Amino acid sequence: MSARIPFPFTAIVGQAEMKQALLLAAVEPRLGGVMVFGDRGTGKSTAVRALAGLLPPMKVVPGCRYLCAPDDRSPCIEGCREKAGKRIEEANVPFVDLPLGATEDRVVGSLDLERALATGEKRFEPGLLAKANRGFLYIDEINLLEDHLVDLLLDVAVSGTNVVEREGLSIRHPARFILVGSGNPEEGELRPQLLDRFGLSVDVRTPTDMGDRIEIVKRCDRFDRDPASFVAEFADDEQKTLEAIAKARKLLPKVQVADEMLGLGAQLCSAVGADGLRGELTLLRAARAQAALSGKKEVKPHHVAEVATMALRHRLRRNVLDDTGSTSRITRAIAELIPA
Amino acid sequence: MTPTGAEEDPSGERWALALSAIDILMASAGTIGGILLRARPGPVRDAWTDALALVMPTRRLPASADAEGLDGGLDLTATLASGRPVHRAGILADAIGKALLVPMAERLNPSLAARLATAIDDGCPPLVLFDEGDPDDPERERLPAALMDRLAIHIDLNSVRLDMAALIAGDAPPPPLAMLAEPGAVAKDPETALAVAAASLGIASIRAPIMAVRVARAHARADGRPDSTEQLREADMAAAAALVLGPRATRLPPPPPEEEQPPPPEEPPPDEPPPPEEPPPPSDDTPGDDQEQPEPPPIDPTEMILDAAQTALPPGLLDALAAGTMTKAPKSSGSSGAKQKSITSGRPAGVRPGMPGRGARLALIETIKTAAPWQKIRPARDDGRLAIRSEDLRIRRFVAQTQSTTIFAVDASGSAAFARLAEAKGAVELLLAEAYVKRAEVALVAFRGQEAALALPPTRSLPRAKKELAGLAGGGGTPIAAGLDLARKVAESERGRGRTPLVVVLTDGRANVGGGDGVSPQEAALTSARAYRAAGIACVFIDCSPRPRPLGAELATAMGARLVTLPRLDAKAVVAAVKAATSGTN
Repeated sequence: MSARIPFPFTAIVGQAEMKQALLLAAVEPRLGGVMVFGDRGTGKSTAVRALAGLLPPMKVVPGCRYLCAPDDRSPCIEGCREKAGKRIEEANVPFVDLPLGATEDRVVGSLDLERALATGEKRFEPGLLAKANRGFLYIDEINLLEDHLVDLLLDVAVSGTNVVEREGLSIRHPARFILVGSGNPEEGELRPQLLDRFGLSVDVRTPTDMGDRIEIVKRCDRFDRDPASFVAEFADDEQKTLEAIAKARKLLPKVQVADEMLGLGAQLCSAVGADGLRGELTLLRAARAQAALSGKKEVKPHHVAEVATMALRHRLRRNVLDDTGSTSRITRAIAELIPA
Repeated sequence: MTPTGAEEDPSGERWALALSAIDILMASAGTIGGILLRARPGPVRDAWTDALALVMPTRRLPASADAEGLDGGLDLTATLASGRPVHRAGILADAIGKALLVPMAERLNPSLAARLATAIDDGCPPLVLFDEGDPDDPERERLPAALMDRLAIHIDLNSVRLDMAALIAGDAPPPPLAMLAEPGAVAKDPETALAVAAASLGIASIRAPIMAVRVARAHARADGRPDSTEQLREADMAAAAALVLGPRATRLPPPPPEEEQPPPPEEPPPDEPPPPEEPPPPSDDTPGDDQEQPEPPPIDPTEMILDAAQTALPPGLLDALAAGTMTKAPKSSGSSGAKQKSITSGRPAGVRPGMPGRGARLALIETIKTAAPWQKIRPARDDGRLAIRSEDLRIRRFVAQTQSTTIFAVDASGSAAFARLAEAKGAVELLLAEAYVKRAEVALVAFRGQEAALALPPTRSLPRAKKELAGLAGGGGTPIAAGLDLARKVAESERGRGRTPLVVVLTDGRANVGGGDGVSPQEAALTSARAYRAAGIACVFIDCSPRPRPLGAELATAMGARLVTLPRLDAKAVVAAVKAATSGTN
């Protein structure tokens, strides 16, 4: 298990909702991250890693420590775009696994101590946020992460910029990443105001179907033994998914949202009691991405229905004494508002 | 050194199993994460560690290691002394090619545990974690589950007894393993069998059967046989079952249902399963045993796996199953909230002199400021750079907000128990519903009949509280002393985690169980109550008898508690009393 080929995304058995949410986030990065609730050992990190591995290498400015895109017009803070001239390099889409015990220094970056002590040069040492730029930042057990770090991460995830004002440094650098958090609500909950800032949320359960479980074990074993030929087996599927994402990304700006759909979104949100405008916005953005993924230029009611659960599940007002699951409340509202 | 009484005692079997794990670790090529060894320090563990050290160099994780130490970095002291950057290799890098031993793993700090879990995912030296918790203590600390799940092999050495005479004589542990003597028949469809077995042992994580397959293959490799999945033998499956599946079991497998078994029933027609027939029997590789008799046909290993797994069930599983407590996963030490270390986290709050490391961060600007005025006095350095001495070093300080744990001690006895319990549950849920604001945790101790029980370990999860409090029973005698004692223990352990405990007692104040030896139940309760005052634990005493009697007030005074009389108990009033008390103590 050293630096290795990632498990193919399409070879992951089941977990349809999680895979769909990740695809939507890959098509529409403005969705603002995916929160995965669920048990341990359900292939959460495998799926995120796999998606990052599936995406084609991106073009970067050579030597840029922030993996800037050559065609980005915002100024590069270290001037490497100017230095590089017309040269372009390719790099894999980054996947950064943020460990639970990470300190703020490691996450946002800090003064490069080595340089400071050795040469007296004041230089910024980029942290994990810079490493995750244009890729995925995965945080397992985000509910156990210290609060001030979670605040910071969500803030950066939404703004796309990491602002560092510390140790006499004043630096802004791009940090556009898809934040994927996971956690088991039984081990401590996230504050609702933080949950609300995740775009989509999915529930992941350990597969209970025996056939699925056997298939998972078999695929993992085959992958262990001969990763190359296992990956080759799924190459066609991977290519198809890749093309679907690329097509959807291109199509997305052209997807129309009619006024009726806006109305439908608002109705749905008020019917389930989802607070705030963010729910509505995410719902429609997700519906657009869903339409784009299925190659349509217009959002239809069924697109809204398909993404409503994951866009709204974590935003419902909570009633301590009502045990009805959020999912079933949304399903009910969908059934009432959107005729199949 | 042979285990004593190996014939009738499972001890010998466990020891052989534990030794075979070493060979599997050697053969696994880093695919199985490592070994979790449940063993208190002692001769048995030492013997095992010696056996490991015989075949594989080991590196011990020092108790002082922090997450930075794992990855290495700048050695500040050496850097300052020499005037040029001196790097210190991380422990993980240093342990490449060795096994990394982690003593007292149950007390591993959460960030270190998380770093180790990530390291396993990225491929790191095999880990051997020693869980030294007392297996009989239900409140003992546990390893964070995320790390535990990633270690394929779990072994329990607590029940193993070795021959003392051999230990004293210092005999080397025996390397040849009884486990590997007889590889047995080829197992049919091992992946399916292991997946089915894992499910029937109630193991939810899908990582377990995946690991089991890897362990089975490593076992075959260790035995010098081909490790392709089609050629795994009975012995490989048994090892995987006993090392990976058995210890993770949360229930006993259901009795074998004749019609429901997913693989076809026994005695498959020999021409039916073509794949296992095709690979030639690997008798060439094992010249010893198989030459005379023909290769036995592949067998369906499911039942054999379950049998093997049952030799390694976690101790206490059966009792726990009987008591119905298995679902209550005890709190791991990896849960959030322990923010007592104010040099590592929280809001920045200035700097102070001190040595960086062990989590404390250097405040560079302040350090330079401190050093600056002395530059004229200090001998100039050849390279003209700033001369910084270790006394100039400043580290950053942080303030961490202290967090509270509210522990309810609820009288679940007598006829009014149900109302009282219902309101207490309501109060727990109301408190938890707002808990995320202050990250407060709530626990509940219920006492009735002869004893007190921790019905809800400290948590801030509402779903968990709901689940665990759903089936709380009431009725019986009133052992106030037992209830107070347990609640105090919980409070003290919470204080040990750096949290501020508050105990809320809900009772009508009439003890009728406890004491003995001439001590009345009420006197025993008073003695337990005084311990609170001595320990300085903040508490609220809610007297909810219809007509408050002096007994309650007496207990409250002994505890040093704020007394609240609530003849008509309701959840909101309880919450109000708790809030009044916390705002008073903060």
